[in-house]
Amino acid sequence: MALLEVDRMTHYFGGLRAVHNYNLQIEPGQIRGLIGPNGAGKTTIFNLITGIHRPTEGTVRLEGRNVVGLQPYQIASRGIGRTFQNLLLWRHLTVLEHIMMARYSRLTYGLIGAFFGTAKRHREEEESEQKAHQLLELFNIGHLAHQNVLNLPYGDQRRVEMARALSMEPKILFLDEPTAGMNPEELIQMMDIIRQVHQTFGVAIFLIEHRLKLVMELCEAIQTLVFGEVIAEGSPDEIQNNPEVIDAYLGKEAIE
Amino acid sequence: MEATGSPQIAAKIGIRNRLREFFSDVPILGWLAGAVAAVLLEQLIGLRLAWLLGLPKIPVLFGFTIILKKPVLMPSAMVYVLLIYALPLGIVARLCAAPANRLAGKLIDVSMPGAVLLHLLLLYAVLHIWASISDYRYLTLNLTLIFVIVTLSLNVINGYMGDFSCSHPGFIALGAYTSSVFSLGLFANDTMFGEALLPAVLGPFLFPIGLVLGGFVAALGALVVAIPSFRTRGDYLAIISLAFMFIVKSLFENLEFVGGPRGLAGQPNWANLPTVFIWTVVCIWVINNFVRSTIGKALNAVRDEETAANAMTVNTRRTKILAFMFAAFWAGVAGGLFAHVIRYVNPAMFGIQQLAEVLAMVYFGGLNSVYGSIVGALSLNLLSEMLRPLELFKWIVIPLLLILVMIFRPTGLIAFKEFNVKKVIQPKRKEV
Repeated sequence: MALLEVDRMTHYFGGLRAVHNYNLQIEPGQIRGLIGPNGAGKTTIFNLITGIHRPTEGTVRLEGRNVVGLQPYQIASRGIGRTFQNLLLWRHLTVLEHIMMARYSRLTYGLIGAFFGTAKRHREEEESEQKAHQLLELFNIGHLAHQNVLNLPYGDQRRVEMARALSMEPKILFLDEPTAGMNPEELIQMMDIIRQVHQTFGVAIFLIEHRLKLVMELCEAIQTLVFGEVIAEGSPDEIQNNPEVIDAYLGKEAIE
Repeated sequence: MEATGSPQIAAKIGIRNRLREFFSDVPILGWLAGAVAAVLLEQLIGLRLAWLLGLPKIPVLFGFTIILKKPVLMPSAMVYVLLIYALPLGIVARLCAAPANRLAGKLIDVSMPGAVLLHLLLLYAVLHIWASISDYRYLTLNLTLIFVIVTLSLNVINGYMGDFSCSHPGFIALGAYTSSVFSLGLFANDTMFGEALLPAVLGPFLFPIGLVLGGFVAALGALVVAIPSFRTRGDYLAIISLAFMFIVKSLFENLEFVGGPRGLAGQPNWANLPTVFIWTVVCIWVINNFVRSTIGKALNAVRDEETAANAMTVNTRRTKILAFMFAAFWAGVAGGLFAHVIRYVNPAMFGIQQLAEVLAMVYFGGLNSVYGSIVGALSLNLLSEMLRPLELFKWIVIPLLLILVMIFRPTGLIAFKEFNVKKVIQPKRKEV
């Protein structure tokens, strides 16, 4: 059984068909990529699977259970962590608070603990803080733990966002353009981070990316989306040499 | 920046820095000791000193009222404040600094709750002695403490959660009426509710139940507002909560069984200073605990970026509704205390005027900050009493002040600051 299984998912925004008959299977520990021109519906697919929009038709199964119609926080706590294309961070919280917040659904001390500061709460918060520090060390931003996120440079903000998603201990990690706005050097660093995350946590990764270098080097399988429809699916080599993909997205010179 | 202004300004800055330097290693414990000395001194020689200086009586609120009423008395009022408050406070605080530091350090090492308790006891002693001078002070202090609760609870919604709620007077009214009915119906021979059902001796002990009951009724009212308005974000809450406030007001105006527009009077005298003080401390403690936990910080996450909060496993809708009810609960408790301090409630008290006052305290003091709410409630309440002799002009001075704060500190005086009790009471040592 696949970890995540999307079956004939279709979505309309009013009269506009944004996604049509989309299928996806992700096995545990796999890295898959989704490429396509701007406006093809890549982010919409992320939003449909993570519950921000509800698909008009089709099913999404996580570990065999249908998650269509669940709220985003429910789907998230079942094991889908994600980052956002345009960095959705909490502007008044520190880095450490970001990482700890993503463990929200794991806290069991409840309102009583929150109101009266029980021993259980201190234990859980301390444990959560320790895990957060470990995660930050892994991302090389441990020294920034008590900084406000807005004070961080862009690359570090990206790291915080990814660390936050991992702090949920997801089974599958969705990365929406993890290298957007990065220079070539930062791109290399980000690729290392993704590799490291994949090895350390063994999570499956599903990523949207425009940088072909990253997609081709990291992904085991790639889908190409154009106007809401998958026009090609396969290994990096197959995609790179697929005439339809070259025509619609890659362009001739990218291959040379 | 270098001070390039006139030498006078430079000298002023110099004096302020030197004063700050001089008192830099005085811990809170030392200041409290100084305050105890000051209020004791006032108790002992205040009246005689006031007469000696030609003042009609002891200046009730640090001389402000007297100065505004009779500007001629300004020098003597200032001398009074200097001799009774400033000098004893400064001298005792300075002299106590070293032993107070040692004591505070030791206490925190031995038992943190014990240290906090000692500070609170001293603070209470100061307030008690200060308020015992006149009934006016006593009432002002009680109301100010109650407004600390109200402001702090509204800050949970408007500051921490970043929504705009206008229904606080409604919640206060619900709490005030519920606890009034509780105490009048059960413990008093009232014309409206008949004979007392329980002996009045039990009253003060069961009073907390009445307050908590008022809080729960207010929280229920909050649920009514929250369910429709938290489906979406935006201005809906402001509009629905404003409507709720008016509904509650006209509800009580038309309910004959709680006195209609005349209201309820004759509540027992149970909300004395210790009771109000304890409830205020408990409220600050609980709310401060809440906003510093991850569950409470989820409010900030919802405010700053709701989509991300939802995607990071935070149940945003439940978080918002619970926080809203939590805030309303405390408003209800404050309402109950209010009713028993004034010993009279009527629907007209809980209108747009009160809403404006509470909102002003929240935004003046500072959003997202327990400090801010305490400072906001204290300063605006005291200011409003001090400026009372200005009569109508009071309502020009205070809004002007608010506008100035909004211009120079858009989020309020002390916004986005964590209230860490340990940091407040820890001993201070000079940096070497």
